[in-house]
Amino acid sequence: MEKLMADLKAQIVAQLNLQEVKPEDIGDDQPLFKEGLGLDSIDALELIVLLQQHYHIRIANPEQGPEIFYSVRSMAEFITAHQKQ
Amino acid sequence: MSGNVWIAGGGVICGIGTDLQACLEAFAQMQPGMQDMQYLRSIHRGVLPVAEVKADNAALAARAGMPEHISRTALLSKIAAEEAWASSGLGARAQYRVGFVSANTVGGMDKTEEFFASYLQHPPSGGRLQQVVHHECGSVTELVADAMGIRHHVTTISTACSSGANALMYGARLIRNNIADVVIAGGTDALTRFTLNGFNTLMILDQAACRPFDDTRTGLNLGEGAGYVVLVSDAIAATLPQAPWCRLSGYANANDAYHQTASSPEGTGNYLAMKGALEMSGLQPEDIAYINLHGTGTQNNDDSEARAIQRLFAPHYPPMSSTKSFTGHTLGASGGIEAVFAALAVQQGIIYPNAHFTTPMKECPLVPATTFSSGNRIPHVMSNSFGFSGSCSCLVFSETV
Amino acid sequence: MNIFIQGMGCVSPQHTTGGPFLAEIREYEGNRLKAVEPDYKQWIDLKLIRRMGRVVKMGVAAAKLSLQEAAVVMPDAIITGTAYGCLDDTGVFLSKMINQQEEMLTPTAFIQSTHNTVGGQIALLLGCNACNNTFVHKAFSFESALLDSIMMLREGAVQHILTGGVDEITDHSHAILSRFGLYKQAPIRNTALLQSATKGTIAGEGAAFFTLGTEMTAHTVARLTGVSTLYRPADIPEITGALQVFLSSHACGPEDIDLLICGRNGNADEDGVYEAITQALFPQTAVAGFKHLSGEYPTAAAFATWMAARILQLQELSPGVLISGTAPAKIRKILICNGYQGTHYSFILLAHPNI
Repeated sequence: MEKLMADLKAQIVAQLNLQEVKPEDIGDDQPLFKEGLGLDSIDALELIVLLQQHYHIRIANPEQGPEIFYSVRSMAEFITAHQKQ
Repeated sequence: MSGNVWIAGGGVICGIGTDLQACLEAFAQMQPGMQDMQYLRSIHRGVLPVAEVKADNAALAARAGMPEHISRTALLSKIAAEEAWASSGLGARAQYRVGFVSANTVGGMDKTEEFFASYLQHPPSGGRLQQVVHHECGSVTELVADAMGIRHHVTTISTACSSGANALMYGARLIRNNIADVVIAGGTDALTRFTLNGFNTLMILDQAACRPFDDTRTGLNLGEGAGYVVLVSDAIAATLPQAPWCRLSGYANANDAYHQTASSPEGTGNYLAMKGALEMSGLQPEDIAYINLHGTGTQNNDDSEARAIQRLFAPHYPPMSSTKSFTGHTLGASGGIEAVFAALAVQQGIIYPNAHFTTPMKECPLVPATTFSSGNRIPHVMSNSFGFSGSCSCLVFSETV
Repeated sequence: MNIFIQGMGCVSPQHTTGGPFLAEIREYEGNRLKAVEPDYKQWIDLKLIRRMGRVVKMGVAAAKLSLQEAAVVMPDAIITGTAYGCLDDTGVFLSKMINQQEEMLTPTAFIQSTHNTVGGQIALLLGCNACNNTFVHKAFSFESALLDSIMMLREGAVQHILTGGVDEITDHSHAILSRFGLYKQAPIRNTALLQSATKGTIAGEGAAFFTLGTEMTAHTVARLTGVSTLYRPADIPEITGALQVFLSSHACGPEDIDLLICGRNGNADEDGVYEAITQALFPQTAVAGFKHLSGEYPTAAAFATWMAARILQLQELSPGVLISGTAPAKIRKILICNGYQGTHYSFILLAHPNI
């Protein structure tokens, strides 16, 4: 889980071109959207593709986004759950 | 800087018909144009329905009198612009100061896509230049202007999905400022893989037929086509062989300034555009007898538009509908195509149907018209066009008396 | 009604975002002049900057500088001209779509590729709900934006309009346009461009925005008298004829022009037009060029307008711009006569605000 979360942070920074944010600056439980890291709906769509590219998980309904992408930990848990299936 | 701007005619080609009369028949017979892709080559064929113009480039080129190898966007444009001109009864173009103001969103992208595939394989020398020479939006406009012998005033507007409506506003200003006597104004866009895939990344394309203003809506269907009106000054209107269709009595362009792609929840830009157009026309909300909705069918767009309408019109709503439930969303063309439909609605008293509507939206239960009717008394029509980058435009058409 | 330039901003291959006015020419070797980009963070939030392509950043910076100089917080309209739009993001999305065969595409480049992104981002940054329009018509893009702005100001419903022209070069666009023979093959210095006798020119890019208004203020830079375009003139007499009609419609003649800024771009096939116009109408007039500074691009007339307005304001010619004649003692009226590829001509007339 720790390794997965560290990977995710690096992938998020790269995919979203978060200049001046270091992966390690993102807290495991920090909200990614709005008052947290400040991501928005376009970023959510980018993250959906990130999951597809790196983890081969396809999300068909963008409305699932807010729950899955709440934090790095929620993303990691979602990925782990899917990979076990 | 004064005087009226009249609609002397109009022409349309889109997924429900290759001329205006065919489109009217499709509305009357409740036949939307969405189908499996036939002409566009994409991996999304069979998955994402689109409203294509039912003709290949060879057939369109023959009708347009233009070479087959040029962009489909130019072919569609020429066909609709010629129909618009013919319907106006203005005769030879050489006797007027004619302007051509056309909108599109991706220029000759259909050909650029072909070019780029070869170019990327062997950069920088790959690909045939003939396929990329008309990439620019303005180039598509000039292909048509040149073919129609128009050079007094030629320009192109691109403001995403509101482009066509903004072309009418600029055209009207050219007439009011005595820079042109007659302006052919509207927009054109052919389906391209670029736009199809772009909208697909936004996850707002419905895999079924779109359902604007319906509670079960899950997205839009893309379409293609072109639509132009012929705008004329008072002096030219007086010389027309028949009465003009109607007057362009009001227009406004506002910006939502909220988000690049999403509309603000309360529809600020939508509201400001509708309110501004009404004010310019000197009308009250209750004077509007029909609203041609932007109505794409996405959750966010329809919600914002409905809230803005509620704010401006409550508690008395005129009949309204989204013709995109028939034509699909034709992007840069939509403002032009819907301007033609809206202007004709005034002239012939038409209320267009909204296809696939069953359940009012929970948040804002507006009920669009679901059947076609003509011969109604429709003195004033409002037509909405909203787009990316917060672009919001609204046109008001009024009867001639 | 008079229309004034109340403030302006320019990002170009020269140092134009600060410091003295074109004090020294930035020299380039080769056929591509890249814009000197300022530190955009002074105007744009980091969260927004991360998605913006160069063309958007250049446009936003020029717009911000323009409003700043005019001391206008919120314009009543934003009108942009861009021939190519957001080429870089278009290229990114197109390449991925082709290389990945329409699979696993992300939205950012597509969203940013839309032609009205520059105008839309300016509105978003300012929180500006006003009219927002974008013209995308080759070498008439900026001119159409200017004309639309003038018409809107004359109609009287708005006080201030932010108007500009912006275009970028990308590696792809430069490679493809080179294949059309637009640019010089042999190495050339931009400072020698206007004396060149070979075919082709040098590619350029940049953004220039203007805050226009109808009242003269303490910040007023120059008067914008008028703009006109001429598409596909049959011959040179048609151009000179149209130019005379344009000047007389603004109550002046060729003899009233103190400085002619022409669009010479060093292309032996195109520059003859300017010689002919000068001989026919402006035999005694001082003539200046600007494309050795900005490079050639469809909205280069925006750079020329910026240069002309500053010359009127400061009453001084920057070094290396004069092509013929002597610098006039007083500069009251400047005419910009620009051509593009022999098909698009435009005339822009500016005057000192007190005239």
